[in-house]
Amino acid sequence: MYQEKLKIDWITIALYAAIMLFGWMNIYSACYDESHAAIFDFHEYHGKQLIWMGLSVLTAAVILLTEPRVFSNMAYPIYGIVLGLLVLTLFLAVTVNGGKSWIDIAGFRFQPSEFAKFATALALAKYLSAIDIDLKDMRTKMVSIALIAVPAVLVLLQHDTGSALVFASFIFPLYREGVSGVVLVVGVAAIALFVLALLVNKFILLAILALLAVAYLFVWLNKRTRKDYLRAIGIFVCCAAFVFSVDFVFSNVLESHQRERIDVLLGKTEDLQGSGYNVNQSKIAIGSGGLIGKGFLGGTVTKANFVPEKHTDFIFCTVGEEWGFLGSTVLVVLYVLLLIRIVGMAERQRSPFSRIFGYCVASILFMHLFVNVGMVIGLVPVIGIPLPFFSYGGSSLLAFTILLFIFIRQDASKNQLL
Amino acid sequence: MSNKYADRSHVVKIIFIVVGALFVGRLAMLQLFNPEYKEKAEMQSLRNVTQYPARGFIYDRHGELLVHNEAVYDLMVIPRMVKNLDTAYFCQSLGITLDDFDERMQKARKYSPYSASIFMKQISKEEYAKFENKMFRFKGFYISQRTLRIYDRPIAAQVLGYVGEVDQADLDRDPYYKRGDYIGKSGLEKSYEEVLRGTKGKKIMHVDAHNREIGPYRHGEFDTLPIEGCNLHTTLDADLQTYAEDLMANKRGCVVAIEPSTGEILAMVSAPTYDPNLLVGRIRGKNYLMLNSDIAKPMLNRALIGQYPPGSIFKVAQSMVALDLGVISPSSGFACEKSLVGCHNHPSARSVQEAIKMSCNPYFYQVYRRVVQQGKYRNIYKDAQYGLTVWHNYMLRFGFGQKLDIDLPKSGLSTGNIPDTAFYNKWYGKERWAFSTIYSNSIGQGEVTVVPIQMANLAAIVANRGYFITPHMVRSYGPDSIQDEKYRQRHETGIDPHYFDIAAAGMYDVVHVAGGTARRARVDGLDICGKTGTAENFGNDHSVFICFAPKDNPKIAMAVYVENAQGGGGTWAAPIAGLLVEKYLNGEVKRTDVEKMYREINPCQKLPLTRRVKKAKKR
Repeated sequence: MYQEKLKIDWITIALYAAIMLFGWMNIYSACYDESHAAIFDFHEYHGKQLIWMGLSVLTAAVILLTEPRVFSNMAYPIYGIVLGLLVLTLFLAVTVNGGKSWIDIAGFRFQPSEFAKFATALALAKYLSAIDIDLKDMRTKMVSIALIAVPAVLVLLQHDTGSALVFASFIFPLYREGVSGVVLVVGVAAIALFVLALLVNKFILLAILALLAVAYLFVWLNKRTRKDYLRAIGIFVCCAAFVFSVDFVFSNVLESHQRERIDVLLGKTEDLQGSGYNVNQSKIAIGSGGLIGKGFLGGTVTKANFVPEKHTDFIFCTVGEEWGFLGSTVLVVLYVLLLIRIVGMAERQRSPFSRIFGYCVASILFMHLFVNVGMVIGLVPVIGIPLPFFSYGGSSLLAFTILLFIFIRQDASKNQLL
Repeated sequence: MSNKYADRSHVVKIIFIVVGALFVGRLAMLQLFNPEYKEKAEMQSLRNVTQYPARGFIYDRHGELLVHNEAVYDLMVIPRMVKNLDTAYFCQSLGITLDDFDERMQKARKYSPYSASIFMKQISKEEYAKFENKMFRFKGFYISQRTLRIYDRPIAAQVLGYVGEVDQADLDRDPYYKRGDYIGKSGLEKSYEEVLRGTKGKKIMHVDAHNREIGPYRHGEFDTLPIEGCNLHTTLDADLQTYAEDLMANKRGCVVAIEPSTGEILAMVSAPTYDPNLLVGRIRGKNYLMLNSDIAKPMLNRALIGQYPPGSIFKVAQSMVALDLGVISPSSGFACEKSLVGCHNHPSARSVQEAIKMSCNPYFYQVYRRVVQQGKYRNIYKDAQYGLTVWHNYMLRFGFGQKLDIDLPKSGLSTGNIPDTAFYNKWYGKERWAFSTIYSNSIGQGEVTVVPIQMANLAAIVANRGYFITPHMVRSYGPDSIQDEKYRQRHETGIDPHYFDIAAAGMYDVVHVAGGTARRARVDGLDICGKTGTAENFGNDHSVFICFAPKDNPKIAMAVYVENAQGGGGTWAAPIAGLLVEKYLNGEVKRTDVEKMYREINPCQKLPLTRRVKKAKKR
């Protein structure tokens, strides 16, 4: 072969392995049952996860042995296939936990939406890395948004809000590739206004906004042009419109369980037996862990089934309860290190495709981390979404592994890829 | 497009770090600064299960089992944990009404919504078996095993006492007890509570969200095993006790029998009595009310709490004091001068022995006069004060006028009354009384009162010729057969044993010689020595008899009281005592006709209503 020796980034792989193994330990503990303690009991979750881990490692190895250009070349076909699968899912889906994102193929149950993320990442990277592309163009922006929005809407139609939300994370690669930072600010401001609109009387909120606009004009700016006035008024009107639309969105667009979960998060209702049960129990589990936790297999709240989905979406509870503040912090730090490492790696790529793809990987992982951990510790409303490499689940582990290792593969040949 | 925007990577990194920091901060808030979560976790996933130890058994002096246990089940509830209960099905399973359910739930909630309280007490083994496999459907409920007392022979109810639920006072006094625990309420169950109860164990169980026990917490690291209660080996003779209760049926009164050489109580009967099984289990409350409202007071132990004028039996103690003081001699004779104090017709007594035999009232008037008026002072008031103090001190040495240190609850024990100078000073004023004021004491009337156990003890003192060992109920307890040292110490009266021989001889004559007042107590072959008494009181006289047998090396000393019996000690108490001594010493009673008669007769009803001449304060 023409290529020189692969320069695989072992630090990333070490972080990946550490998170995955710690995750497996917690799955084992969360579902621990003295009568099924054998590690290789494939009827238990921890045994099944072991199979998925083996499969993931195998897949990772295959990816590392693959010619890196395959992925950029295959980006659009993969994207097309996954879109097809998503459409198919709409018709063939089996209902699992209220979502319709699973399909059965040959006895195996899997979630096309898990793969939609990496397909979209490939397609977006492919599109933005073309030579004649400039994100300043309206057309480019539109196509980029369409690439993201189509799978997102398809996933949303499957009632998989969590996965759909992940598509919002593509804002980071777009930002990196030149979309104005205002987008980020607007995003954060929108969330803040949404929350405030639900909590505070709308007219008081508007008065405060008006005050801010006036303060911006007369305190912040020394000289005021007509353009400044127009901008201030424009922003205020947009905000006002947004604030008044919140009620409509909240009561007509969102589903009732989503409304309840948001109300619980904002402390407007406290239904500890109903919609507030999950978060209350997960807070109890984590809070009871204290500084050093109750020790491996020592969890009481999780083990006694007080926490639902303790091995999948609420797996972080087991970490909090059994490993305490120290263990949870270590896990959070591992994730942040991995994210920063990926961003750093992305920046050293010579190929724009690799760089953009790297940002996509970091963004997707980040969004999962943010929503999942945020939900478990009561910072984000309850949205079903797995913790990458950590939660029980074959589709998600495999999909995240593919996502990460395609990027590692790109990085390993960064000098050949232009 | 190149790397024009490479700096933006820092913004992205910073966002990642900020979110990470936000998470760590939130985790710190939950895990480090919020102890309430720990409590909540504990509350909802751990359950403290108290393991009740089996209460110690109670045996009689021959090792026969008197009291043991039977398993029952308490249905416990933690109100906050009750969820999605099919109330109708639940009520049907338990056989209770919906109103009943609401009431019980309300009570449990009032006690505490978070802690366990008893929903339904003492479900029998059979009922529990039917209920057990439905338990999983009743979240918030669980079963706690307990034991109940069971009595194979329904005897000695007041002595054994009963076990009941702790009350507020018990909870305040001893933190060992928790609401719903059982505690000895009376009798031996109360006085030996700490021996019998054992030590509760604690089991910490994991329960899951469905309230199922899923295993011990930390492999039982914090669990403690219950320690079973110790067994009591009592001094009671179950056969004698049964027989005595049998004879005392249809009567009010009491019997106390003591082994003089050891102070061991062989039998203690208070009539009317009840079946101790009545005060066990769920029927207890109803029966308790019934027994408690009975005017005959079956739950009182008359042998310990009853205070009666001793009547003529007191003359035995009087003569011992006078002889020891030297104010009379064994051969002192006094005329039966009825102008001093009434008496029945008999020849004048020429010695102490004869006086006891005939129970001559004027004789003991003279004896007591000599004790009280010793002539130490010219002033008769001062002289009486001196004499009474000397006499009082003697009487205390006989165990009168104070609570005997018996191993039954002190609250159910009376002191009796031996008046002293302070008593009369308070009553009449200082130096306002003399012998002529208090002479009724001489024949066991007046201000003197005694408790039946003290009278049985007097019989034991004479039997022992001058000392007693505090009467007690328990010989030893526990696997190491612990014995109480204080029940081996002799309490001396300090009076010459020779004088007690005279008393014993007089008491022998009472039963065996013509002119004796208790010929009906005689049993051929048994040298029963006794003394009758008739205790005057507001109703009909009480019939009293004390005795011991045999005369030499006595094996049993006894006091028998029959309340309101119109016939005096010789008529009622003496023959019953005779039968009991026969039973104890011979093992069986041959005089079945006598036995039948005294078992069946109710002295209050069957005796002719013509009142006997009451002036004769004898017998």
